[in-house]
Amino acid sequence: MSGRVPRGRIGARFAKLTREGRCGFIPYVTTGYPSLAHTREMVAGLAELGADVIELGIPFSDPMADGPTIQRSSQGALDNGTTVDDVFEVLRDLRRASDVPVVIFSYLNPVYSRGVDVFIREAVEAGADGILPTDLPLGADPELESRILDSPLDLVRLVAPTTTPERTREIALASQGFVYYVARTGVTGAREELRGALAEEASAVRSVSPLPVAVGFGISTPGHARAVGAAADAAVVGSALVDRLGETGVAGALALAADLRRALDEVDG
Amino acid sequence: MTTPTGESGRYGPYGGRYVPETLIPALDELTDAYARAKADPSFLEEFDALSADYVGRPTPLYRARRFEAKAGVGPVYLKREDLNHTGAHKINNTVGQALLAKRMGKPRIIAETGAGQHGVATATACALFDMECVVYMGMEDVERQSLNVYRMELLGAEVRPVESGTRTLKDATNEALRDWVTNVRDTHYIIGSVVGPHPFPLIVRDFQAVIGREARRQILEVEGRLPASVVACVGGGSNAMGMFHAFVEDEEVALIGVEASGHGLGSGHSSAPLSEGRPGVLHGSLSYLLQDADGQVAPAHSIAAGLDYPGVGPEHSHLMDSGRARYVSVGDEAAERAFRELPGLEGIIPALETAHALAWVAEAGRRGEIVAPVAICLSGRGDKDVVHVSRLGGGAAP
Repeated sequence: MSGRVPRGRIGARFAKLTREGRCGFIPYVTTGYPSLAHTREMVAGLAELGADVIELGIPFSDPMADGPTIQRSSQGALDNGTTVDDVFEVLRDLRRASDVPVVIFSYLNPVYSRGVDVFIREAVEAGADGILPTDLPLGADPELESRILDSPLDLVRLVAPTTTPERTREIALASQGFVYYVARTGVTGAREELRGALAEEASAVRSVSPLPVAVGFGISTPGHARAVGAAADAAVVGSALVDRLGETGVAGALALAADLRRALDEVDG
Repeated sequence: MTTPTGESGRYGPYGGRYVPETLIPALDELTDAYARAKADPSFLEEFDALSADYVGRPTPLYRARRFEAKAGVGPVYLKREDLNHTGAHKINNTVGQALLAKRMGKPRIIAETGAGQHGVATATACALFDMECVVYMGMEDVERQSLNVYRMELLGAEVRPVESGTRTLKDATNEALRDWVTNVRDTHYIIGSVVGPHPFPLIVRDFQAVIGREARRQILEVEGRLPASVVACVGGGSNAMGMFHAFVEDEEVALIGVEASGHGLGSGHSSAPLSEGRPGVLHGSLSYLLQDADGQVAPAHSIAAGLDYPGVGPEHSHLMDSGRARYVSVGDEAAERAFRELPGLEGIIPALETAHALAWVAEAGRRGEIVAPVAICLSGRGDKDVVHVSRLGGGAAP
């Protein structure tokens, strides 16, 4: 098996964060929401202001792990006619200006439909570093999983609050790039407050993971980012940025991203 | 052929568990609880007793002679699942799963529903076992199946209309899964068909398999032989799987599933993934799926809300690929005709879903393309559809 040790752009970025004692910032964008032009500006801006990894989302018709914000952004993107080709095109454009690590966030079917090997090849050619399939848990499809694991793309896996300790260890050992800890039992979406036990849980995952641990789901404010940053290697912010993008456009969303970046820099990694 | 038992969660390449990580422990817990329940005589006794005293089993196998005359084929037997308590086969599964939830100590039940039959059957089981019940139903279905919404509310369930996506069964299922991901610790999801992640296709099939077991025994009693053709409508495919399962090893019995072709195959307004879809992942399992070239799930359409679903149970995909079962389709108009026709012939108002199976047998009979004896799963009664069909105009069949 390949992977399991930091490699490529993602590995280099986390190594740099560790050296500098900083906490990573991982913003998510739904490609094509509210338009492809917005996505292009967003990812360029995020790279510019120091995002450590960008999660580039493929919109899906049936996002069963997502709350209202990402359901709406996904539907909006599909209504605009956004395709997987567009996602790769956005990525190619970004690569002309930036070497920020990019993880493609997707439900399995758009990947499966294209043919997993074709998808991997196209994603790598476009400049992707990893893939995070929401509905491909460890052991769901060993053959398909090993095709991703053996490819240049990192297979980023999720650990949930309901995951048992033994399985957490197995997932951490079978992940690539980083491990994504889901901050709450539920769907994605901005929240007023984070759970009190989160820091402790994230530390527990970190203690068994050879890879960096990012925490996401519900992280919405600089205050949340600081709280998460103290216990994790990186914070993932999705719905809060998507909401802001919908409300105030790219400038407003990038302003929130800059605040989040600053908040994370105030934390001792 | 080898018949997968479903214990592994795979039917040929189909099935599996393509879900968010959060649900994996709950699916493990359910798999384990179900295996133990299945091996526990007291669980089976309680289930059998409820099936007899509460659900009303066994249901009759009725020979439909006037239907035979009209269709030009016979004998034709109807397995009367419409005579179950609540009026459809759905209750076989909900009583079983509610019992299972009770054993697992989960006080809260959620379900999705299309036509409302599964929602009513779930609400009924929850009333019986004094459990909290929330049913997700697409807004379009809330409108076309208003009678069932009121029935669920009378039974003490909360019906949550779903406004997202196509506002039908697919989106109700998404919303139920989101609820389950959020409340998984104290909630059991009673999925209504042989779909979803393992072990649901297995559990639902097993609880529905009583249909075929009874029908097989009953037809042997009256005919002294097995049916040549066993026919059932297929949406997610639970009544069909329940009807087929006991006959899968009887290779001389043709198994025929009837999908809904809506406005016609190729029209973009159908619900026939086995007839015109390709394999894909939706709601936790790999199976035939209506989807576009980019892997986005395509909206389904059928006059029958219970068939209005772009996916199908993984075991059906395997039965089709292996050649053991054959899948055909019938459109809205033919189903509506069959719905109007059976009441005058047999004094039975079938559900619009069931009407697809009746319509196919009638057409195949007239063309001489079906071999008797025929056993059709009359999966549900049509009271819920009366208002909707009457609004379409046209009156009863002559």
